[in-house]
Amino acid sequence: MITVERLSKTYRVADKQPGLAGTLRHFLRRRQRDVSAVRDVSFAIAPGEMVGFLGANGAGKTTTLKMLCGLIYPSSGQVLVAGHQPQRRHPDFLRRITLVMGQKQQLIWDLPPMDSLRVNAAVYGIPDRVASRRIAELSDLLELGEELTRPVRKLSLGQRMKAELLAALLHEPELLFLDEPTLGLDVNAQLRVRQFLAEYNRRTGATVLLTSHYMADITALCPRVLLIHQGQLFHDGPLDRLTSRLAPERHVRLELEEPAPAEAFSGLGRLDSLENCEVNLRVDPASLTRVLAQILERFEVRDLEVNDPPIDQLIGELFRQGSL
Amino acid sequence: MRIFGLNRRIVRALLGSQYAHMLEYRAEIALWALSGVLPFIMLSLWSGSDARSQLGLDGVALDRYFLSAFLVRQFSVVWMVYAFEEDALLGRLSPYLLQPLHPLWRYVASHLGEQLTRLPFAAGIAGVFFLIQPQAFWIPSLGGFLLAWLATWMAFAIAFLLQSLIASLCFWSEKATALERLLFLPFLFFSGLLAPLTAFPPAVQDWVRWTPFPYLIDFPARVLSGDPVNLAAGFGAQLAWVVLLLPLVLLLWRAGVRRYSAMGA
Ligand SMILES: Nc1ncnc2c1ncn2[C@@H]1O[C@H](COP(=O)(O)OP(=O)(O)OP(=O)(O)O)[C@@H](O)[C@H]1O
Ligand SMILES: [Mg+2]
Repeated sequence: MITVERLSKTYRVADKQPGLAGTLRHFLRRRQRDVSAVRDVSFAIAPGEMVGFLGANGAGKTTTLKMLCGLIYPSSGQVLVAGHQPQRRHPDFLRRITLVMGQKQQLIWDLPPMDSLRVNAAVYGIPDRVASRRIAELSDLLELGEELTRPVRKLSLGQRMKAELLAALLHEPELLFLDEPTLGLDVNAQLRVRQFLAEYNRRTGATVLLTSHYMADITALCPRVLLIHQGQLFHDGPLDRLTSRLAPERHVRLELEEPAPAEAFSGLGRLDSLENCEVNLRVDPASLTRVLAQILERFEVRDLEVNDPPIDQLIGELFRQGSL
Repeated sequence: MRIFGLNRRIVRALLGSQYAHMLEYRAEIALWALSGVLPFIMLSLWSGSDARSQLGLDGVALDRYFLSAFLVRQFSVVWMVYAFEEDALLGRLSPYLLQPLHPLWRYVASHLGEQLTRLPFAAGIAGVFFLIQPQAFWIPSLGGFLLAWLATWMAFAIAFLLQSLIASLCFWSEKATALERLLFLPFLFFSGLLAPLTAFPPAVQDWVRWTPFPYLIDFPARVLSGDPVNLAAGFGAQLAWVVLLLPLVLLLWRAGVRRYSAMGA
């Protein structure tokens, strides 16, 4: 469905020093700087796959998605999506894809989503009856009702996002490019959107590419993850392989009833910090259950948390260790 | 059949939604319609002055000219650059570029929707004008009216294409909207909004005829008011401008989108 070979994108940005002198110098002799956003990325995606893009801010996720859907031109490399070169924006290609950006919107702000849906139905040449049926189906899945007939500006963020999804999927695209579709949504709404995407993928067999800063989105939806760091692809595969490679340890945070000395934690894992009653440990996942049982046995525990370290932090750490 | 992605059904859906959209702004549009009374102010200025005799139009004809100028302006006003600027800023342009419809059609539709919303207000203002100046009342012949309508639409098309040209330049520099303001000055003087073109010295008139400006207000207003006017020359010039501008706009837009895509959309 998608093949990407040695794809790169370099943005040219004006380099301007701050202050009046900088402005004048910029005015007289424009200096430009190249920002390398995506470097030499290659991968292939089969029809029906759900693939997650992970990476820190500025890693190049949005840039990659935009190149895949044809919004921006690659600086070098080959992209083939659904048999098309995306940047040509051939109508047949456009009919088969959709792009949803969490922080941007296509619905007309002052009108109910229904009006925008009607326009989209016409633009994509969907017969009225088919459009009505799809709207009914999708709004059922998304749990949208009278919201569709209320002006967009009077909808909550979550309702608006769901309406945006509906509008973006009305033409039943085979390829979904979703850039942070759950941005700013509360946990419930995130869950709803996630379930919806899984269901859409199951029903239509659509290929879904997704970026998100919420790990939960990726873990719940994407068996396969592409990890991008500073424009380069450095992991392509199942998520658990990534987490075990990245995070061989779990973070355990304890709050004890009474302070305990550092020695008391020997054999329980690596002690990160110890401050009065608050303890941070790193524990090997294989021995996690054993360690937790021992902790509960040895100490009076007021509170206990087990976390995966944040993915962005892990990636940074990995880079510092030079293991890439 | 689709013309740059457009077909009859899309026209209907776009016009319907844009009319509904503009109705949300009817209060603003009523104010815009009111703010278009410049021709009436000019009329009252000219009426009280000795210079009136030099305008080439006598009493009632001058009243009718300025009322017609008002109406033509009402239905050929273009604000596409500003809507475009906002869309580009808010990132709405990107999804539009990914739909199988030329984005310019959306702006055409919103202007037509706005004109429809404006209609009752413009008619109301014309009604008030006749109450004050009953001697100027006239009903154009059906043929004359249809011709005037066509001329007004052509004027709208020229103005729209001119602004689309400027909007396309926005892909290179956000400051391009300043060009719109720059164009406004010659438009004000040479379109016939302040005075009929015949008020200018013949040398100026000869020169101005080679610009698009007189075909934006002066020509359609004369057709509407029933002034004797060279129809073939006027429509010919309008058509020539459309034919000249259209490919230019399409080319520049294409190049602009290409640049936008290179810059990062
Ligand atoms: N239009 C642009 N012009 C110049 N540089 C850009 C442009 N868009 C992005 N960049 C730069 O390219 C790099 C990659 O940006 P991109 O938006 O793809 O990152 P991202 O992974 O989507 O980040 P985030 O998680 O913050 O959304 C960044 O360094 C960014 O500053
Ligand atoms: Mg991004």
